[in-house]
Amino acid sequence: MRAPGSDKGQMAGDVLLAVDDVSLSFGGVKAITDVSFDIRKGEIRAIIGPNGAGKTSMLNVINGFYHPQHGRITFKGETRQRMRPHVAASQGIARTFQNVALFKGMSTLDNIMAGRTLKMDGSFFWQLFRHGPAMREEIEHRKVVEEIIDFLEIQAIRKTPVGKLPYGLQKRVELGRALAMEPDLLLLDEPMAGMNLEEKEDMSRFILDVNNQFGTTVALIEHDMGVVMDLSDRVVVLEYGRKIADGTPDEVKRNQAVIDAYLGVPH
Amino acid sequence: MFYREAGQFKTSYAADMAVFPIRQDRIGIAIILALAYLGIPALQNEFLLTSVMIPMLVFSLAAIGLNLLTGYTGLLSLGTGAFMGVGAYACYKLTTLFPGVNIIVWIVASGFVSAFVGVLFGLPSLRIKGFYLAVATLAAQFFLQWCFVRIPWLYNYNASGAIEVPQRTLFGLPVTGANATPETRYLVLLTLVVVLTWFASNIVHGRVGRAWMAVRDMDIAAELMGIRLLPTKLLAFAVSSFYCGVAGAAMMFLWYGGGEANDAFNINQSFTILFMVIIGGLGSLIGSFFGAAFISMLPTILKFGLPAIGIPLSGATAEHLTFLTVGVLIIFFLIVEPHGLARLWQIAKQKLRLWPFPY
Repeated sequence: MRAPGSDKGQMAGDVLLAVDDVSLSFGGVKAITDVSFDIRKGEIRAIIGPNGAGKTSMLNVINGFYHPQHGRITFKGETRQRMRPHVAASQGIARTFQNVALFKGMSTLDNIMAGRTLKMDGSFFWQLFRHGPAMREEIEHRKVVEEIIDFLEIQAIRKTPVGKLPYGLQKRVELGRALAMEPDLLLLDEPMAGMNLEEKEDMSRFILDVNNQFGTTVALIEHDMGVVMDLSDRVVVLEYGRKIADGTPDEVKRNQAVIDAYLGVPH
Repeated sequence: MFYREAGQFKTSYAADMAVFPIRQDRIGIAIILALAYLGIPALQNEFLLTSVMIPMLVFSLAAIGLNLLTGYTGLLSLGTGAFMGVGAYACYKLTTLFPGVNIIVWIVASGFVSAFVGVLFGLPSLRIKGFYLAVATLAAQFFLQWCFVRIPWLYNYNASGAIEVPQRTLFGLPVTGANATPETRYLVLLTLVVVLTWFASNIVHGRVGRAWMAVRDMDIAAELMGIRLLPTKLLAFAVSSFYCGVAGAAMMFLWYGGGEANDAFNINQSFTILFMVIIGGLGSLIGSFFGAAFISMLPTILKFGLPAIGIPLSGATAEHLTFLTVGVLIIFFLIVEPHGLARLWQIAKQKLRLWPFPY
């Protein structure tokens, strides 16, 4: 785990993504109410909160699945209110899902290759022949994908259809698919849900490595407090769609509102 | 024992990504191609060519078309018959308007006409999925079929209301029309099918195929990878309709030699091809061939094969029995292997790899 004092979040200066006063409601249900926070370049930012706090909705707003009724999102200095998911992808936001959303009928390799789609722009004409430029492009991207496969230590399941893989490995392949997009911002929705201790340790190691080696900014939702406090540079806490705390793990741990939200208030 | 890839090491990504990475598979394909090109015409059996091979090849092409859309992209279509019809009528109009141009050019061009129509009817696919999309394509089926019958311009105001295939030649040999020999028609069709299958295989193994399958398996995640849903789905409709259109043109020009839309391109045809795709195996090119062969050959085998081995069948009884048997076999196969004949083929290959050892 991270050595004490290596708190990059404090040092990393530039704001990569800023969420300003975002409100989102579905009919009468308010999922998010006036939430503002920022994610700085190179940090690991955790979003925590009890069930139904609006964490996943927040990620969905960031990558354009939901359009907030109110508020702005600034990514890399560009402010926007509405966003299409594929535009978010082309700007460098990648994402994994709470319930694994892999392409079940495809092999691990094809899943991660699919993550390279945005980087591939060969013409359809050459695709027909699978020779010349199309094959060169395919091989070039295959090399990148193989590096990711090595990095995630999933060489053995390269050609296995992902539907047949155990849950822990599926999560890992999903991370690989997101990494294949070479994102600037990686959104992880409960990357460790349903994992045993060993798998959690592996996943934590991968997240830290991604952050350190590739310099990818990570925003993660996670319920395992041990993991959150160890991994993240800064934590934002949501409850019932509102932000109740924001700060370093230590600050958040001592925050009375957070303790109340998680443990309840004596009546 | 014979089908084992031990010792075949891949030293490049290109070799690893080959469509047939195993040497025995490549030999097998070469043998099949040799048989199809040399063996079958050498038999000089007109019945085999006109009643077995040509229908099977036409249906294979149509089944590949539907499989690209339904099996690979996950969009259910019941308009296959109509898209085949668009190909047939487009080819008829083009070749009668410009008789000087080679018929092969027009058969391929009619595929593009069909692709265009397919894209038009594919537009709703962004908003609707599954059964609802099937109903939308059903509208295409009925609308286009209506056009084929009610717009006399499409069949050149023939008194019969049907397409009358004119004679066209290729290298001096008649390819279409009454004078074309079954051998020529078969070889032209076979070449079309081989080339288009090769294209289809290249597409599904590349970037476009992955995008289609991504949309099929999890469209939300696909969108997030930067795969834009509408262009991807429309491309699937275009390519699928292209194959169906070529299949329809080939059906009229190389098989039927003329006919009417209500017979050839009706809703039954759409369902037949859908059954072929389902029984053959969704999302499998080889499955399209298996399904087409199974459904198109089975009635012929029952009708002519049973009397040949001494079981007397005649007239209406044969017809009814054929329907019954086909139905029972379809249900049997779906229960035994819901993933189609292609999966059975895969399992057989896996067993063969280990044979004679159990595992």
